[in-house]
Amino acid sequence: MLKFALVGNPNSGKTTLFNALTGSTAHVGNWPGVTVDKRIGTYKKSDDPVDIVDLPGIYSLSPYTPEEVIARNFILNERPDCVINIVDVTNLERNLYLTTQLMELDVPMVVALNMTDVLDKRGDRIDVKALEKRIGLPVVEISALKGNNVDTLMSRAIEAIKTPRAAVSVLKESALGSAISNAEIALKLKEVEAPLFHAVKLVEKDTIEVETHPAEARAAEAFIKENLINDQFNGDTEAAIADARYKYITQHFSSTLTRARKQSYDELSKSDKADKVLTHKWAGIPIFLVIMFAIFHLTFSENFLYLGSIIPSFGEWCGVEGSAAKGVFFAGGLNSPGVILFNALDLLTSSIGGWIGAGLEGLGVNPVLISLLIDGAWGGIASVLSFLPQILVLFLFFSILEDTGYMARVAFMLDRIFRRFGVSGRAFMPMIMGFGCSVPAMINTRTMADEKERQATVRVIPFFSCGAKMPILLAIAGAIATMVDGLNADLITYGMYLLGIVVALVSLLVMRNTTQRGEASPFIMELPTYHIPGFKNLMLHLWDKAKHFIQKAFTIILVSCIAIWFLSNFGWSWNYVGEEGMDQSILASIGRLIQPIFTPLGFGSQLNENGWVFAVAAVLGLIAKEDVIAAFGALAACLGGTLLGGMEEGVEEVAVMVAATGIDVPALISFIAFNMLTVPCFAAVATARGEIGKEKFKWTLLFWIVVSYLVSSIVYTVGIAVWSIAIWAAVAVLTTVGIVAYNKAMDKKENEKRLLNERK
Amino acid sequence: MKLLSQLDIGEKGIVKVVNGEGVVRRRLFDMGITPGAEIYLRKKAPLGDPIEITLRGYELTLRKAEASHVEMV
Repeated sequence: MLKFALVGNPNSGKTTLFNALTGSTAHVGNWPGVTVDKRIGTYKKSDDPVDIVDLPGIYSLSPYTPEEVIARNFILNERPDCVINIVDVTNLERNLYLTTQLMELDVPMVVALNMTDVLDKRGDRIDVKALEKRIGLPVVEISALKGNNVDTLMSRAIEAIKTPRAAVSVLKESALGSAISNAEIALKLKEVEAPLFHAVKLVEKDTIEVETHPAEARAAEAFIKENLINDQFNGDTEAAIADARYKYITQHFSSTLTRARKQSYDELSKSDKADKVLTHKWAGIPIFLVIMFAIFHLTFSENFLYLGSIIPSFGEWCGVEGSAAKGVFFAGGLNSPGVILFNALDLLTSSIGGWIGAGLEGLGVNPVLISLLIDGAWGGIASVLSFLPQILVLFLFFSILEDTGYMARVAFMLDRIFRRFGVSGRAFMPMIMGFGCSVPAMINTRTMADEKERQATVRVIPFFSCGAKMPILLAIAGAIATMVDGLNADLITYGMYLLGIVVALVSLLVMRNTTQRGEASPFIMELPTYHIPGFKNLMLHLWDKAKHFIQKAFTIILVSCIAIWFLSNFGWSWNYVGEEGMDQSILASIGRLIQPIFTPLGFGSQLNENGWVFAVAAVLGLIAKEDVIAAFGALAACLGGTLLGGMEEGVEEVAVMVAATGIDVPALISFIAFNMLTVPCFAAVATARGEIGKEKFKWTLLFWIVVSYLVSSIVYTVGIAVWSIAIWAAVAVLTTVGIVAYNKAMDKKENEKRLLNERK
Repeated sequence: MKLLSQLDIGEKGIVKVVNGEGVVRRRLFDMGITPGAEIYLRKKAPLGDPIEITLRGYELTLRKAEASHVEMV
């Protein structure tokens, strides 16, 4: 089958074109060994179907960023039949800069001029015929968003592969032309494929190339030293080549674009006007905070627009008291859209479970088997699936913010703050997404340029307490509020969120000064023009996420749920003990075994004979954080505690646990802290492993365990003896400051050493 | 000698030389900051850094630290 590669700048509409060409056949696969998605789809409207490969967006074929290396290696090694170079015509010069580099490869190529509709709107015109002639490649005007002309593009591409294309370089006319020609001849003799491309890279002193062809590199350098040392670049070929490319583009290509009006900097576009407000010196950051609050409110709040607080008898007022609708739509106040969807799906899944259970019972199926299917398998999957709507709603909002171009502005506004902790403003977006779900948040770190910075960010993402951890927080905080007079449950909840953020920032600071040493990576980022996101693209985005999540629920989570069911329903001699005999189960004995580990954290051996449930719940959280409260629900019944009336779902179970185990308040808070900070759920662990890589992943696991253990024991000791906070705070501050200072000193030493060596 | 990081809001200039080394330097080139390019300083972030510039018809943001590698005419 034919294989065409899509290459272009980030934000040039590459993925939109990919979707327009491949329709719903898009699927996501992984690059071998590299953690960047490669997307392959099929174009079916031609006589023979064509595989379309969507490569990561790049500005150049330099060897500096992983995306660039991937794109470059793909074109050189996999040799696609044709390269479709997508060019954003509203940003012609910078986009053609990449085109001039692609031209140096001898692969057939067509140029897709995208966003021509935007150009039309501005009243600008581009002379496609003239551009085609000067560039020497087929040029097709398209609008990827509207799907205009994409079929013409494909037929031109299929036409183009019939005749081989000779590599050309715009640099041949420049001062470096002879140096490039010499290197090209030398490489041709060596029978290197794509000699012109490699020759340019050799002259440029590209690190990858110089290693592969050391002899030719030396020859090229000698030639340059002899002939070109006195030009304005002083033998700095990297600068000379970039300069020559842009000069050539402005002289030969830019003139094909005629603007309706001469551009003036004072004239503000719509985008500039929006930015006047959204990144305003004083209002910018407050506006951002309001937007963030609104998103979380729409996704998680059970008191939408605070209607419940404004109108205390809201439920009665709407006349839904006592109806099934109440549970879904109202909880004191009106629920937010996210919560309504959550409740609706929850109602649906539990009803399905009930129907299947009743049906099986009617058929006279063994009750143990029914328990396995309904409580074990379906119950587990359902509890996880229920979170899908909220994750999708949150994801939708973030996709909109990203697609409009606002997220780039947020990174711009907050970079200064994040830099203090050793990461660039780009780390912000994944972190805030972590409050929703760690999985998409970790995937989002791919936009970060520096690998060490990215790994550090992936590691702290779980500390931004996700949606699944919220039930743990709410239930236990609610229970604590009933135990201690004058303690507000909301205060505990917010306090725990804050604790997570503080731990994340301190961890970043420490990591960036020790194992993940480095300064915040350079922050040179395009600020895209604001635009309204396409509905179809948003939906495709969401569908991709939903599919992934559902697949996980029916694989990893299904298996783990069945395993828990077996362990909690069977004893060591494979005797069925059932829910009532749970304290004789394998799970209980394992719980008792590991219980002492949690003693320094307050929920270990100091509890009474029922205390193992906390140890078990903490471990179950490793599979899915929802399991913690779900386990409390199951275990509360068999501990024989009298259910106390008049409490919310979740809070009540915790209260029973407290009564049955004799756990105290500091230990409960430490339990929340442990669950928030420790190894995240299965799905997040698997994602982190994919993003960080096997080798580093071991240390990541250790990092999560150590941090959660340490912080929780601190929380506990402070809880039982408040004065100890002084010691802990002093130790923490001194250690952190010490590490940072030591690292600064080391840096200085290294720099001095390097300078000394250079002088020699 | 004036650096790009020293431009005031609303001021424009022409790039003379790009200093620095390695990734940052190459990145500046790739984004179109080459000798002769005209740059307009559009705004500064709320906390004063990074800066937003207009060049070659698009908007780019970079830190003052990176902008200080760029000498203007």
